Amino acid sequence: MENFTPGAALLGGALIGLSAAILMLYSGRIAGISGIVGGLLSRQVPGAEMRWRLAFLAGLIAGPALVNAVVGGIAPITLDASIGLLVGAGLLVGIGTRIGGGCTSGHGVCGMARLSPRSMVATMSFLATAILIAYLVRHAAGG
Amino acid sequence: MIIIVVALVSGLVFGVGLTISRMVDPAKVLGFLDIAGAWDPSLILVMMGGIAVAMPAFFWVRRRGHDLRGHAVSQPAGWPIDRRLVVGGVIFGAGWGLVGFCPGPAIASLGLGSTNSLIFIAAMIVGMVAVDLMNQRLNARVTLSEV
Repeated sequence: MENFTPGAALLGGALIGLSAAILMLYSGRIAGISGIVGGLLSRQVPGAEMRWRLAFLAGLIAGPALVNAVVGGIAPITLDASIGLLVGAGLLVGIGTRIGGGCTSGHGVCGMARLSPRSMVATMSFLATAILIAYLVRHAAGG
Repeated sequence: MIIIVVALVSGLVFGVGLTISRMVDPAKVLGFLDIAGAWDPSLILVMMGGIAVAMPAFFWVRRRGHDLRGHAVSQPAGWPIDRRLVVGGVIFGAGWGLVGFCPGPAIASLGLGSTNSLIFIAAMIVGMVAVDLMNQRLNARVTLSEV
């Protein structure tokens, strides 16, 4: 467990919870990223609903850039995947989150914080599948 | 207009949280998902930290029935647990386990200059639109509960 960073994990997680709390307390909205993106793509969502979603996503991109600018020394991410794998994984994530009605933030943090049975089941199903797939890719497939 | 500022601040704090916890990096996420490797339990603490901070706010707002500005709040139903929910979770989990990206970190990683993330994001959007189109075509009576 040499890579375990409990302090940074708890602090970062608390900030994600704070983000969800801010959005709920001041706008009544749920900070589920797949739902926020999905709403932008739906033709049934009115213009006013578009603007806060775009603002949230702008902040989401600005956050890491801001930390890097202020604190500095934030290492680039390691995205070790071919273009084909990125496309395949992206498709699965888009399809799955839309069918299941949420992702790690919407179900995994916000839904769990509301003690929603649906979110608990969704979180268990995507966590268990991701652990299985990660195992198959990194061990069974010889990668 | 206040909702725009609220959403911007919320998104910003979310992005900072993903950066500090390093969940923005798929390698860190795969370090958690790959329990047979050099296992890194950090992700579970990120979720627990997030749930612990969000929970009081969510329960307080639920009891009030409206947010601090007096507006109605989004309260997705806790039931039913149906096949769509589980199938969707399994499909999402498969994609997540393949590269270690879920929607939030993929978008946030753009802020660290990861242009390859755009490929993942574009495919994710195609997947979302495909489901929406299929739902329309099937004239699905099942409404998507969006969280």
